[in-house]
Amino acid sequence: MLAYLIRRIWQIIPTLFGVILLVFFLFKAVGGDPAEQLAGLISSPEQIASIRRELGLDLPVWQQLWIFVTQVATFNFGNSWATNESVAHIFATRLPATLTIMVPVLILETSLGVIFALAVAAVRGSLTDRIIMIACTVAVSISFLVYIIVFQWLFAFRLGWFPVQGWSDSTLTNLVQYAPLPVMLAVFVSVAPQLRLYRSFLLEEVGQDYVRTARAKGVSERVVMLKHVLRNAMIPILTNIAIQVPTLFVGSFLLEVFFSVPGLGREIIVAVNRSDFPVIKAATVYLAMMTMLINLLADVLYKVVDPRVSFK
Amino acid sequence: MTLINETPGTPDIPLAETAIALPPHDAFDDAADDHDGPSTSVWRAAVKRLLRDRVGMVSMLVVAIYLLLVLASFTGLIASDWQVERGVSYASPTFLGTVENLEAGVATLDPSAKSNVPPVDISDVDPLAPMYKEWADRAARIQIGSIQRTDTLPFGADKWGRDVLKKAIKGAQVSIFVGLVAALVATTIGTLLGATAGYFRGWIDDALEWFYSIFTSIPYILLILAFAAVFRANALLSHAGVLTIIAVLGFTGWTGIYRLVRAEYIKHRAREYVRAAEAIGASNISRMFVHILPNASHVILVQLSLLVVSFIKAEVILSFLGLGVPVDMVSWGTMLAEAQSELVIGKWWQLVAAGAGMAVLVTAFALFTDSLRDALDPKLGL
Repeated sequence: MLAYLIRRIWQIIPTLFGVILLVFFLFKAVGGDPAEQLAGLISSPEQIASIRRELGLDLPVWQQLWIFVTQVATFNFGNSWATNESVAHIFATRLPATLTIMVPVLILETSLGVIFALAVAAVRGSLTDRIIMIACTVAVSISFLVYIIVFQWLFAFRLGWFPVQGWSDSTLTNLVQYAPLPVMLAVFVSVAPQLRLYRSFLLEEVGQDYVRTARAKGVSERVVMLKHVLRNAMIPILTNIAIQVPTLFVGSFLLEVFFSVPGLGREIIVAVNRSDFPVIKAATVYLAMMTMLINLLADVLYKVVDPRVSFK
Repeated sequence: MTLINETPGTPDIPLAETAIALPPHDAFDDAADDHDGPSTSVWRAAVKRLLRDRVGMVSMLVVAIYLLLVLASFTGLIASDWQVERGVSYASPTFLGTVENLEAGVATLDPSAKSNVPPVDISDVDPLAPMYKEWADRAARIQIGSIQRTDTLPFGADKWGRDVLKKAIKGAQVSIFVGLVAALVATTIGTLLGATAGYFRGWIDDALEWFYSIFTSIPYILLILAFAAVFRANALLSHAGVLTIIAVLGFTGWTGIYRLVRAEYIKHRAREYVRAAEAIGASNISRMFVHILPNASHVILVQLSLLVVSFIKAEVILSFLGLGVPVDMVSWGTMLAEAQSELVIGKWWQLVAAGAGMAVLVTAFALFTDSLRDALDPKLGL
């Protein structure tokens, strides 16, 4: 177990270094000269030169790379170019709003997805199953944008059940007043693809021999589905959840833009529009790190769910 | 969340119930012609399976109609005059022509309307007074064509009185073009890298696997935004118009195809037919692309069409955020961006035109992809 963990962490290092290289050279080679962007349209060569000095752009490339590596290692990405707010502070203050939306979304969509998939898998092959599957295909085809525009207009503007947009300082107010509509929207939109996916995981197990054996010894269909099939389908389901966890932190940037939620997703969109490179670089590197760690965690979790899994 | 952060190329779940058929295709015929003799070729069998599939045929037809529309719009046969302002602002669709249109007056203020206040004669102090007559003469020689703005249009008008139907067709052209070309770019990159890694193995494979792991360890949406940010900041690329978004989507979306193509090549390179090709002196390149590629092409084809769907969706969202197509172009995404504020004043037609146009295409394309997969890879069928 410990040996496995050490080996996995050891494997993460080259990938993480690759991410740092990719981000560094992408922004360096393609991104243009940041000093000219920062100085603005009306600027003198002296101003540009001083900004270059300040950002370390006059140093050799390998020294700049070293600066970037130390920034990643010390969690100190300096200040935003647009607002001069420290990047660490941006992350710390924007993350709570994002999580207030995304944690309920993940819990609701996963539980609803599994429950609906179980229900549909129980009636597999029937007309209901077919109709639901076709409805899912159509539902997935409509752009998320259309759902947001229509739902926001209908439930907030027209019917007035929810505030159109907004956010407060109190987590409780946010959770009961501002979060419900975006959460409902995200869950509504993601249930269809999840249902389809989980149904296929369940159906894969339904065809196995052990299910036939269970039925042959007289186990009720209910117990077969809930105990035998669901437990075995948990591994792909867990993998799918693990894939989604890192996106929790980016949040649904579209929802945050539409509902004026001061979260990380909206901050990243704003940073892209302002060419605020430190914020984008930090977000990319840290979320990549987080993704790798969560994948490792998921692999360890498999062992808990399924004792047959061995660490190789 | 799946919808928002969808990774392109992630194998989708085939819908067993929607397994269908598609009519013979030139490419299939060519491939099938190579195999004479009693045994049915893979491609001919696939075409047969597709032909039996009704939903697949219908969705194929819908996709074909869209592609024809795009082609007609591309060559200027239709919708080339989408920018002409024919109607009053927010002109209603013809079928509900009687709807009150409060916004109509704003855009149609008559420029020749005269003020009621009698003008004061200041010609004795006005230094320009001698010139007025000459200017009036010259102005009279210029023909001003005034557009007759109509109150209704087939599917309404936008804020500037442009025909929403034509705009939606032009938007379809841009969105579908971006989706198709970006998917081709991503497929080419993924196939080349996957083929190289899977064929040569060894250190080349290790290096490419490392490269792949870098791209997949960054959440997909962040990868797109990071690429979009640098391409926007680049002086050269930011003026490349629609090419910028094609590059962003193409350079980030190749990972799914890479993975599958690599697996196919690992499987095939040890097969007898490849060794036989080696024995008769076929070069590495020839074995990779002449011998193995046709046998992996069914995987690539299905992935390509999956990518088209997810890239059309991504283009719409990026254009909405202002990171997609340039401002002088129209796409479904820019139409939806306008639709948000229009819905509040009750003008729903632009939202419906862009939303429905996209939903029908994406549904048809997804169903078509499912049947394509079922036909090409019968083992996958549930």
